[in-house]
Amino acid sequence: MREDYLILNDLVKIFGGAKESVVAVDHVSLQVREGELVTLLGPSGCGKTTTLRMIAGFEFPTSGDIYLDGERMNNVPPNRRPTTMVFQNYALFPHMSVSQNIEYGLKIHRVAGRQIKERVEEVMRLVGLKGMGSRSPAKLSGGQQQRVSLARSLIMEPKVLLLDEPLSNLDAKLRESTRIEIRKLQRRVGITSVYVTHDQEEAMTLSDRVMIMHEGRIQQIGTPSEIYAHPANRFVADFIGKANFLDARIESIDSPTSATVDMYGTKLKVSEVTESLAEGMKVVVVVRPESIALEPKTRKGLTGVIQESVYLGSEIVYEVQLQDKLITVKVPNPREHTLFKTDQEVAVLLKEKSLHILPAEEPSG
Amino acid sequence: MKVSTRRTREVIASMRIIWKEPLLLVAILAIFYFLILFVAFPIFQVFRYSLVIDKRFDPSNYAAVFSARYYYQPFLNSILLGTITATTGTIMGFGFAYALTRTALPLKGFFRQAITFPIISPPFVVALSAILLFGRAGSLAPILQRIIGEYSIYGLGGLVFVETIAYGPTAFLVLYGVLQAIDPALEEASMDLGASRATVFTTVTLPLAVPGIASAWLLVFIQSMADFGNPMIISGDFRVLSVQAFLQITGMYDLSRGATLAVLLFIPTTVAFFLQKYWVSRKSYVTVTGKPTAATIKRLEWYIKMPVYTLCIVFTAMVFLLYGTIIYGSFQKLWGVDRTLTLNNYVQMFRVGKDYIIDSLSLSTLATPLTGLLGMFIAFLVIRKRFIGRGVMEFTSMLTFAVPGTVVGIGYILAFNQRSALFPFILTGTAWIIVLLLIFRNMPVGIRSGIAALQQIDPAIEEASTDLGADSSTTFRRVTLPMIAPAFFSGLAFGFVKAMTAISAVIFVVSGKWNLITVAILGFVDNSQYAPAAAMSLLLIVIVMISLGIIQLVVNRIGRGVRTTTIIG
Repeated sequence: MREDYLILNDLVKIFGGAKESVVAVDHVSLQVREGELVTLLGPSGCGKTTTLRMIAGFEFPTSGDIYLDGERMNNVPPNRRPTTMVFQNYALFPHMSVSQNIEYGLKIHRVAGRQIKERVEEVMRLVGLKGMGSRSPAKLSGGQQQRVSLARSLIMEPKVLLLDEPLSNLDAKLRESTRIEIRKLQRRVGITSVYVTHDQEEAMTLSDRVMIMHEGRIQQIGTPSEIYAHPANRFVADFIGKANFLDARIESIDSPTSATVDMYGTKLKVSEVTESLAEGMKVVVVVRPESIALEPKTRKGLTGVIQESVYLGSEIVYEVQLQDKLITVKVPNPREHTLFKTDQEVAVLLKEKSLHILPAEEPSG
Repeated sequence: MKVSTRRTREVIASMRIIWKEPLLLVAILAIFYFLILFVAFPIFQVFRYSLVIDKRFDPSNYAAVFSARYYYQPFLNSILLGTITATTGTIMGFGFAYALTRTALPLKGFFRQAITFPIISPPFVVALSAILLFGRAGSLAPILQRIIGEYSIYGLGGLVFVETIAYGPTAFLVLYGVLQAIDPALEEASMDLGASRATVFTTVTLPLAVPGIASAWLLVFIQSMADFGNPMIISGDFRVLSVQAFLQITGMYDLSRGATLAVLLFIPTTVAFFLQKYWVSRKSYVTVTGKPTAATIKRLEWYIKMPVYTLCIVFTAMVFLLYGTIIYGSFQKLWGVDRTLTLNNYVQMFRVGKDYIIDSLSLSTLATPLTGLLGMFIAFLVIRKRFIGRGVMEFTSMLTFAVPGTVVGIGYILAFNQRSALFPFILTGTAWIIVLLLIFRNMPVGIRSGIAALQQIDPAIEEASTDLGADSSTTFRRVTLPMIAPAFFSGLAFGFVKAMTAISAVIFVVSGKWNLITVAILGFVDNSQYAPAAAMSLLLIVIVMISLGIIQLVVNRIGRGVRTTTIIG
C-alpha cells in the first residue's frame, strides 16, 4: 500500500476576473493512501467540489500540484486521467440504455467486444443491476440511476474513484442503505476513493479519513473518531455532531497529561493537555451532549435549570440553562433515568474523559 | 499572486489542454478563418468602399449623402418607419402574448398558429397581398376609401401596415416567452394584497415585462429597418435605405455610394442589436428558460378582455384575409379586371420560374445542413469550451444576424468579385456565393437553437463522457449531438425556411445562371404580374410548410425523452 498514491500539494484555485475573484480552494494539501476512502466534508461553498474537480481535471489549479501514482497530473486533460467520477445528478446519457451507458468508457478505449460484455455483466452484478441492461435510464428509480452511474465509473477500474455527493438526490432511507452498500463495495474492490459530501453522518459512516474544509481551507484531517473526539477547532466541533462550548480557565497543569480547569467556580479535571496550554489561560471546553449527565440537585458542582425537554424514544434531549449558557444534554435510554421537568434545578455532571479543550481566542467559523 | 499573471496562466493551461486535441484546435482555427472571411471581411469591405476612393481615404461620400436631401431623406425615412413599426408591432405582440398567457381566450393553439404564420412565409407576401386588396385595383379599396377617404397603399402607411403584420409576430414570440416566465404567484400575491386586476397589471405584470418589451421593440425595429422585400413592393415615393442602396448598385452601378447607404443602414440596426443583446437582456428580471410556469387563469374584467380579444380576432382575421387573398388571387385571370378562375398563372409561373424553383430548392437544401452543423458546432464551442478568442467567436458569428441583409449582400459582391489575400477565388456569379451567403446569414439561427439546447443539458453529462476517456470530438459526436438532435433539426427547419424566403441579401449575389424563387416573385411584381407572383408565393409557402412538416416528423421520432425546442426566429 502506497502512502502517497494521490497527492494534492498546496492546491489553490481562484475563480473570477480582476474585479471580483473568489478563492475557492486555499492551499490544500492531502495525501491519500492506496485503497483508502477519504471524504471531503464541509458546508456548501467550502471548496470541496472544486478540489474534486481539480483531481478529475475539470478545473485547473491556479497553483499547486496533483500527483497520482507518482505522475504529475496538472496538465493531463480529464479524458487522459485514470480517474472516473460519479456525478451528483448521475449525468447518465439519456439517449443510451443502461448497458450502453456502462460500456461507454470501454468502447472509447477500444476494448474488445467480448471483453466488454463480460465486464459489463460483472459490474452490473456487482452493483445489483442484473437484467436491467436494456432499460432506458429515464425509466429507472433514483437509486438505480445512481448504481448505473457507479457501475459506469467502476468498470473503468480507475486509479481513483471520485464521488461528488452521489447520495444527495436520494431520499433519506435509501441514502442510509446506499451509503453502507457503497462502503462495502469500496472495501471489496479496494479502490482508492475521494468522496465529497456535506452530510457529516455520511462522512462518518463511509470514510477511512475525513478532510473537513471551510472557506477553501482545510480545518482538520483525521479518522472519524479523531475528528469527533478531538476537533481541531470550534468550526469542526460544531460541524461534526452537536457540541456545547463552555468558557473556562486553566487552574493548574497537573502532569503532562492532565490539568484542572475552573468553570463557573467548579474545578474539573481534564485528561487532554497540549503544549500550548498554560496556567491561567482562558479556554473553551467542548462537551458533546451525550457526555453530560444530569442528576437531582446537590450542594456541590454545576447547577442548571431545565428549559425544555424533548422526548425522542431512544433518548431524551434537554436544554439546560447553565449560568449564561444554554447547553444541550442527551440522555440515552430515558426509561433507566430520572426524568426532569421544565424549570427544575439539576446538577450538571461533565464526564471528564470526554472533555476537549480549545484555546479561547479561537476565530469562530 | 497578481491577477493578470494568474489569468494568463489559466488561459495558457486551458490552451495547453486544447493543444492536446489537435482535431479541436484545427476546427477552432478553421471556424475563425471562415468567420473572418465570410462574416467580417464583407462588412469590412462595405466600410472600405464607402471611405476609400481611388485608393485614398476620402469621406466625400458621406459629405455628399448628408448634403443632398435625396440621400439623407431615406435615412430619416428608415428610422421613422422602424420606430413606428416597432411600436405598433410591439403593442400587437404584447396584446397577443397577454391574451395567450393570462386570459381564458379559447382556441389558444389556433391563435398561436395564426399569429406565427407570417414568420414562415416570405415577408413581402404581405405587401403583395396588401396591393391585391387595397391597391389601385384592390378589391377592398372602394370600401376602405369610403371609410378613410382618399388614400394610397403605397407609402409609409401601407408599409407600417404590412410590416406590423410581418414582424409583429417576432415581438409576440419574445413577449410570449417573457410573460410565460413571470411567475403567476407574483400576480396572485399582488391581488391577494388587495390590488385590482388593472393595478396588478400596472404594478406587477407590466414592470416585470419592461425589459422584454424593450427587447421586442428593438428586434422589430431592426427587422423593419432591414426589410427590403416589402418596401421594394409597396414603399412608393417613400424612399428607404435598403431599397435605395440596392438601386444605387444595380441601377446606377455606383458601388461606393451604395456602400455608403449600406453603412448608414448598418449603424442604427447594429446599435439596436447590441443594445438588445448586451444591455436590455441584462436588465431582465425573468430568465426565459422555455420552461412554462402554469399560469393560473382568473376571471378577468371586461375592460381587459374586450380590447385584448378584439385585437386577437382582428389580427387573426387579417392574417387569414391576406393569405387567403394570395390563394384566391393566384387563380384569377387578371386581378381586379377579369375574375374568371384559371390555372394559367401556375402554367406561366412554371414556364418562367422553373429554373428559379429548382435553384432555390437545391441551393437551400445544400446550405441548410451545413448551416445547422456549423451552428451547432459553434454553439458547442462557445458554451462548453474555453479557449482564447471564444468571446470574439461568439460576437462574430452573431454579427450576420445583426447586420441587415442589404449590407451583407453588398459586402459579398465587394468581397468576392475579385481575388484577395484571404481567399484566392472569385465567387461572383457562382452558386457558391449564394450557398455561402445562405450559410453564414442563417448560421445564427443554428447557433441560437444550439445554445438553447445545450443550456438545457447538464454539462456533467458531457463531463462524464470526457471523464470516461472520450476526447472533445468523440464527446460531441456520441453524446452532445444525439442529445441536441431535436433542437438541431428544429434549427435546420428554420434555417431552410430562412434560406427559401431570403431576399434582401441574396438579391445582390444572384446571377443569370443561378437565381432564386424570391427574386422571381419580386420580378413578377415589378412587371405588375400579380397573379403569377401570388401563385409562386403560394408555391413557396407550400414548399416551406411541407419541409417543416417532414422535419417535425423526424424530430418527433428521434426526440424520445429529449425536450424539443420550439422553432423560434
